[in-house]
Amino acid sequence: MIDPTLPPHMRPDRSFQGLILALQRFWADKGCVILQPYDMEVGAGTFHPATTLRALGPLPWKAAYVQPSRRPKDGRYGENPNRLQHYYQYQVILKPSPPDLQDLYLASLDAIGIDLKLHDVRFVEDDWESPTLGAWGLGWECWCDGMEVSQFTYFQQVAGFECAPVSGELTYGLERLAMYVQGVENVYDLNFNGREGAEKVTYGDVFLQAEQEYSRHNFEHADTAMLLEQFRMAESAAAKYLEAGWQDGSKTRHLMAQPAYDQCIKASHVFNLLDARGVISVTERQSYILRVRELAKACGAAWLATRAGGAPA
Amino acid sequence: MPDLLLELFCEEIPARMQAQAAENLRKLVTDALVERGLVYEGAKAFVTPRRLALAVHGLPAHQPDTHEERKGPRVGAPEAALQGFLKAAGLASIDEATIESDPKKGEFYVARIHKHGRPTPEVIAAIVPAIVRDFPWPKSMRWGAASASPGSLRWVRPLQSILCTFGPETEEPEVVRFDVDGIASGDVTRGHRFMSEGTIRVRRLDDWLTKLEAAKVVADRERRKDIILADAKDLALAQGLELVEDAGLLDEISGLVEWPVVLIGAFDESFLDVPDEVIRATIRANQKCFVLKDPKTGRLANRFVLVANLAASDGGTAIVAGNERVIRARLSDAKFFWETDQKTNATVPLEERLGKFANVTFHEKLGSQYERIQRIAALAKALAPAVGADPELAEQAALYAKSDLRTEVVGEFPEVQGLMGKYYARIEGLPEEIALAAEEHYKPQGPSDRVPTAPVSIAVALADKIDTLVGFWAIDEKPTGSKDPYALRRAALGVVRIVLENELRLNLRALLKELNLQLFPIELRAHVLYLIERISPVRSIVEEVALTKLLRDTDPNSPPAIFNDLYAFIADRLKVHLREQGARHDLVDAVFALPGQDDLLLIVRRVEALGRFLATEDGRNLLAGYKRAANILRIEEKKDGVAYDGGVDLGKLDQPEEVALADAIREADPRIEAALVAEDFEGAMAIMASLRAPVDAFFEQVTVNAADPELRANRLALLGDIRAITRRVADFDRIEG
Repeated sequence: MIDPTLPPHMRPDRSFQGLILALQRFWADKGCVILQPYDMEVGAGTFHPATTLRALGPLPWKAAYVQPSRRPKDGRYGENPNRLQHYYQYQVILKPSPPDLQDLYLASLDAIGIDLKLHDVRFVEDDWESPTLGAWGLGWECWCDGMEVSQFTYFQQVAGFECAPVSGELTYGLERLAMYVQGVENVYDLNFNGREGAEKVTYGDVFLQAEQEYSRHNFEHADTAMLLEQFRMAESAAAKYLEAGWQDGSKTRHLMAQPAYDQCIKASHVFNLLDARGVISVTERQSYILRVRELAKACGAAWLATRAGGAPA
Repeated sequence: MPDLLLELFCEEIPARMQAQAAENLRKLVTDALVERGLVYEGAKAFVTPRRLALAVHGLPAHQPDTHEERKGPRVGAPEAALQGFLKAAGLASIDEATIESDPKKGEFYVARIHKHGRPTPEVIAAIVPAIVRDFPWPKSMRWGAASASPGSLRWVRPLQSILCTFGPETEEPEVVRFDVDGIASGDVTRGHRFMSEGTIRVRRLDDWLTKLEAAKVVADRERRKDIILADAKDLALAQGLELVEDAGLLDEISGLVEWPVVLIGAFDESFLDVPDEVIRATIRANQKCFVLKDPKTGRLANRFVLVANLAASDGGTAIVAGNERVIRARLSDAKFFWETDQKTNATVPLEERLGKFANVTFHEKLGSQYERIQRIAALAKALAPAVGADPELAEQAALYAKSDLRTEVVGEFPEVQGLMGKYYARIEGLPEEIALAAEEHYKPQGPSDRVPTAPVSIAVALADKIDTLVGFWAIDEKPTGSKDPYALRRAALGVVRIVLENELRLNLRALLKELNLQLFPIELRAHVLYLIERISPVRSIVEEVALTKLLRDTDPNSPPAIFNDLYAFIADRLKVHLREQGARHDLVDAVFALPGQDDLLLIVRRVEALGRFLATEDGRNLLAGYKRAANILRIEEKKDGVAYDGGVDLGKLDQPEEVALADAIREADPRIEAALVAEDFEGAMAIMASLRAPVDAFFEQVTVNAADPELRANRLALLGDIRAITRRVADFDRIEG
């Protein structure tokens, strides 16, 4: 149930930001650290080191955050009511996965105004795999009245390493959820700030122009020569930092796993841009994915040799 | 007799795995029980998204007692032997053994081991945890704090609780106590996720079913299916519509709900501009909903049936509204794709569209989709005259046939490939032959699918399948056992069925010779050539297979690594096909054993004629006569070390029956030959029938093994003639009876 003390403009069913704040509050209340978005371009909330890296190693971890996600190929010049090249994911990671994770998730839906006596919520098989991160997990896409509103995954492997223990990951598609609870058909019509009349700001006011500009950029103008070079640079920088990060020849302690991983994120995003520009052939595509995966694996190995990765002091 | 109830309660099990999991649970538990002497009267498994359960009815309360006699060493044997015996028999001292005597062995020890059967719950408690731990899920996972340790429990999704009770119908059953990685068995479960609260204590099956039903769970999958189907049909009927039934979808949906609530929704009529198949694919694949048909027009109606897992407090209004919104968005996408494709087709010439296939790999070793399309087009053009199609049209149709693979609609819904090609070809105003070929060249998709009959469709369909077969043969990617990832068996059966059902006179060898080598990747050309050239016009398919096996057995790596069993493979599909059509397999073999059988239609006609002939009295008798001749020949040829093949000296024929037989054979032979050349198998068989009387008379009146060696040899040679003449129509050795 939506918190009845909220003023109308803060209600998750009337305001996009209200929805985000309700989720932040819900998960803060469950003991998560509420992080801010990672300050790099990523394709999904999973790329945030708070998920990818923290899912590795034995130490417990609970975090939640909004992550702006970029999918250059999904741009539609602002003309499609559902598809965006930039959108928000709300990401929750709980390690180890608590026994009542499904109930927690359902309670979070209730908190944003989805009445479980009124709406048909279903857990439909959807096994998650990220070839670039060398990661996979089992879980579901969560349906609300036939619409996929979240992704629910028990991570089994990340960066090529078995997760021990397993983390539970929840990813809410915020625009979709907001469209659902606000009863809006077009994403650009979402009420962003919950105000009405002259004070109302819509999602379109905030993002429509960006969608148009970035679609143009992603599909037509992104400088492919530069991007190809950036990919190579990120790849070699990651290798350099990974190598330089070992404390000593025993390679038991790493001191630069996160900067190296930043380069892996970079390479992944650059690859997505190149892919959107259509300059990568089918065979090359596979090899780019493999190259990013190799970086992710090496970063994962480095992370496991850090304190937060659970390496002995 | 007591009953067992076992329920494994977990987070949502993927729908596609449920039926098999229920069957596996039933088999694993009942097999384990029977193996331990616990025979049961009946067992039934249940499965819902959240539970996997098994009821075993009529089990004994105990395992049966067992008695075993174990012979030991002789009395006075060395201590070590005695100790070994005590240990093996589980005795504390030798006094527990009895002494028996035997005239040969003397006195020796015997242990009589009497074992009391264990109580059944103990046995269950011992077997279930192992079954849970090793359960054969297609994919399983670890979870929670336990997953920090290696070897933690795996299940399809987190396993939450286990219920296990055992007891007779009339008494309070007991909880079978065991523990699987920290999950202790008990007698409680839970009802529907949203429509029930708290836990439920359960005693036995009837109790479980009743309480679950009250807690809004229909545990029986078949019952859920029945409910969904009946309600969906009723809802459709109430709107004057008809449900488009879909067994696969019904199976899946029944695995997504514990309490099916069937509702009906609508979408805007303007979406009906999109082809029905695309609407159906959209609604089925993405939303798992049924579509409805208007019986008056036969077309889809703007309604759909959804199955919720909730009897909502508003009667389902919000659920229907939500689903309608999603379907509206999905159909908008589909409509957008449909319209975009038409625009693209109108503005981009076909050759340019096909050019895009150059970047699409068909198979790493077989080149791009573009190269494949070119090969199919060339072959379709070359084949066209033989199937009565216009070569130019066949080529154009082949070029067009795969073009829909790059369209938006097919990209989204691969299952409408071909069909979209047909629609788009019509919209582009192309000849109807091209439109039909786009759809039909994929056919037949299986043994029961329709076979194309239009000549252009036939040419493209054959070209497509032959290119696939030759290509994968050339790169040595042949089906093995149950593995056939490229559906090559289906392709071969397709060739067989297209040829037979259209009564096409196509020589397989000649067909392959139409392949244009230059269109294959350069490194494969030698292989393809080898495939075509190694075809022997003299060896039979049976010999071909034997030779292939021999080569393979002799040296598995012998170069070249490709053996010409492509014909044998196609022939094998033909055999399977004929057998399925009810033809006698021995007759099929008898015809296949003849050399040069490469015309599928003629093979079949010959098998049919042979079958009819052998059903007549003349046929049966001639076959008996043949077998007699063949038996004698086998024995005598072995004895003499000679083959009596021909060379009858007409001058040495003695008895009138011999003369008559020799004359009959000499008279029949050219006529049979002529009939075969004219492909008149009935005629050939009829002439063959005329041999029956002289053969019978010969065996009645003439002694083959005459005392005079010359006479004997000549008569054996005459038997050799009988053998030879029957070989013209079939290998009678392979015919049973």
